[in-house]
Amino acid sequence: MTWRIALAALLVMAAGEPHSGYQDASPETRAMQDDDASNPGFLWVQQGETLWNQRTGGDGRSCADCHGAAPVAMRGVATRYPLFDARLGRPITLTQRIEQCRVERQGASPLSPDSDALLGLTAYVGLQSRGLPLQVATDGPVRLYYEAGKALFDAREGQLNLACAQCHDDLAGQRLAGAIIPQGHPNGYPEYRLEWQGMGSLERRIRNCMVGVRAEPFAADALELVELELYLGARANGLTIETPAVRP
Amino acid sequence: MVRVLLNVPKRVKRDEPFDVKLLISHPMESGQRRDDMGQPIPRDIINSFVCTFDDEEVLRADLFPAIAANPFLSFAVTVQASGTLAMTFVDDHGTVQTETASITVE
Repeated sequence: MTWRIALAALLVMAAGEPHSGYQDASPETRAMQDDDASNPGFLWVQQGETLWNQRTGGDGRSCADCHGAAPVAMRGVATRYPLFDARLGRPITLTQRIEQCRVERQGASPLSPDSDALLGLTAYVGLQSRGLPLQVATDGPVRLYYEAGKALFDAREGQLNLACAQCHDDLAGQRLAGAIIPQGHPNGYPEYRLEWQGMGSLERRIRNCMVGVRAEPFAADALELVELELYLGARANGLTIETPAVRP
Repeated sequence: MVRVLLNVPKRVKRDEPFDVKLLISHPMESGQRRDDMGQPIPRDIINSFVCTFDDEEVLRADLFPAIAANPFLSFAVTVQASGTLAMTFVDDHGTVQTETASITVE
């Protein structure tokens, strides 16, 4: 009987401590992520690296022309997003920042969300922060948006009337059918999902979850998505970035 | 041209096996699925793969539909002298692509 209590205590502890979805993945999936030569996410990273150095848009400038080499210039950048953009007066994601830079500073046309090019660029920038802990700010002007994101996370929605928190806070570590419910931390995006047989963004993952509870997903450019990402990022503060992660 | 990640050591020891790892970005469409309109999606896979070392065949493989997108191939090779590894694959459209890597024996 005592070992059962001990086991239960251990399980509660395991569910309470924030941990990466990496820990919930199978050994095979982890091995795929651990070796850069076998991680399919690096196909996108490779594309992102090419785009980083490629001159584009009306001004004929590449990312590297202003920023220099990404491993130096972009180190630690992904740990801070989403962050508050003072000029826009609202928080923006890393992908939105890249788009903003492309359109306003390079004079290039925006890339479509979830395009290989945009995923590649985001993954390449994200990779430069691999191994660094997430440190998304929640104070100052961003506080309101963080609170709104938390409210979205805790709100029931869809025909199944489920909130994100019910699965990813309360029931994380247990099973939904055969799959372990992860805590839902965004520390590996953009990531390679075996289910998708491709690379995908956090927005795509959230849309998937919303369809799963039979809610209507947010539009691609909705502020709600950024608020939710901001809350998720801050909730995962301290976890190390794994971009590009491999998940089932 | 599809994106390829080829991973081989630049310097190797004579007669000592080393790993060749190859990731190919390819949809590997099985031909068993249908699109939103109910029409069959034609098969589109990489169907053959050959690895040569200075024109001598090292490995040949036939690939079949039950392989996930973005296939990963890994195998061990031994060489006696420096030379060039060439990996050639053909897909269902008849597109042929070759990736090469030079190997130096220490």
